[in-house]
Amino acid sequence: MDRYIQTPLTKEVTKDLKAGDYVYISGTIYTARDAAHKRMQEALDRGESLPIEMKDNIIYYMGPSPAREGRPIGSAGPTTASRMDKYAPRLLDLGLKGMIGKGKRSQAVLDAIVRNGAVYFAAVGGAGALLSKAITASEVVAYDDLGTEAIRKLTVENFPVIVVCDAEGNNLYETAILEYAEK
Amino acid sequence: MRTVHVEEITRNIKEMCIEANHFLSPDMKEAMENAVTTEKSPLGCQILGQLKENMQIAGEDMIPICQDTGMAVIFMEIGQDIHFEGGLLSEAVNEGVRQGYVEGFLRKSVVKDPLIRENTKDNTPAVIHYEIVAGDKVKITVAPKGFGSENMSRVFMLKPADGIDGVKNAVLTAVKDAGPNACPPMVVGVGIGGTFEKCAILAKKALTRKVGSHSDIPYVKEMEEELLKKINGLGIGPGGLGGTTTALAVNINTYPTHIAGLPVAINICCHVNRHVIREI
Repeated sequence: MDRYIQTPLTKEVTKDLKAGDYVYISGTIYTARDAAHKRMQEALDRGESLPIEMKDNIIYYMGPSPAREGRPIGSAGPTTASRMDKYAPRLLDLGLKGMIGKGKRSQAVLDAIVRNGAVYFAAVGGAGALLSKAITASEVVAYDDLGTEAIRKLTVENFPVIVVCDAEGNNLYETAILEYAEK
Repeated sequence: MRTVHVEEITRNIKEMCIEANHFLSPDMKEAMENAVTTEKSPLGCQILGQLKENMQIAGEDMIPICQDTGMAVIFMEIGQDIHFEGGLLSEAVNEGVRQGYVEGFLRKSVVKDPLIRENTKDNTPAVIHYEIVAGDKVKITVAPKGFGSENMSRVFMLKPADGIDGVKNAVLTAVKDAGPNACPPMVVGVGIGGTFEKCAILAKKALTRKVGSHSDIPYVKEMEEELLKKINGLGIGPGGLGGTTTALAVNINTYPTHIAGLPVAINICCHVNRHVIREI
């Protein structure tokens, strides 16, 4: 089913999102990948606050290519989410409600998704040029020295994603494959 | 003896890095277009449609097909009747990568040290494979490799007794484990034989062979066809969200090996299987 949602992503919204739904996101999302997650984890370990608010926000696992003149961003597709599995449960427990990436998640992440009423979306891997068209503004808000791995605040308009893991524990990667696998 | 100035190598490699990241080869385009007509999953078809649109936008607006513009893998097949002048060849190759990635708005994804992980900020160094061949030409293949699929690649040191079934199982295991992480539909490069490192290079090079072409060795060609069919029966599908298009091709290269061994490497590439070849 096609759904159009606006950030922030509250529990009221996530409870109606089901694995397999095609979702168009508008509003604000944040990028962070390997190096930014490591730094956020270290900040939390030292008892410091994070550079971005987690509550009801969405993190997009993405490091863009440089923007050409006059464009907000370069190519901007998802990276493999499992590399962030080590860090994600802690952020979900702090209120993070959505993650956009590609590929399988660990059981610990799946449990944290259910525990917190969150959702994991997949964007189409390798469609970075197409996805960049749904991003209307991009601004580095933390860890500028990390280059492509800095945390960016993105303004998105109808950013297309698919619900893979929903708050009820359904996992499209597991179920969809069974449907088309030759017995 | 023919003399080639290394600046010519730099200029070509710069152009090839930019070209590879914005335009796929005609065989890849054709394979993607065919896949839309055979895919059984509606969501799979929708994703394949998006990938086609993505390629069109990439070429028209000069936005890289994928934000992971890769680590530059470069095969240099150098005729032994060539003399290079003007500097070190490897430095000229890396200068081409540097210029291509910086001036072409490509992502810098290379870190200087695997554990200290400081970005080199110009995507160098490249991974360069040199081969000396007959003649006085240089054949350059630039194949930027993304790491979503590179991370799902495998080497198996099988026993001779494992035989052809062992090889097939190894390939299917690697593809199953890769699943959605490797951005299917993928191209599967397989190297069989040689040594530990030789089979990996064979597999990498297999990815640069035309999709739809086959090995000259009859049993290898059969294995390529059989494995493609089996992989597409796994159900993984476009984006790993279910479907009948999991791979566009299985390309296998073989090499003589030791009496005690059967090395097999599986190098997986996503649908953004980039390579540009030039002969100068």
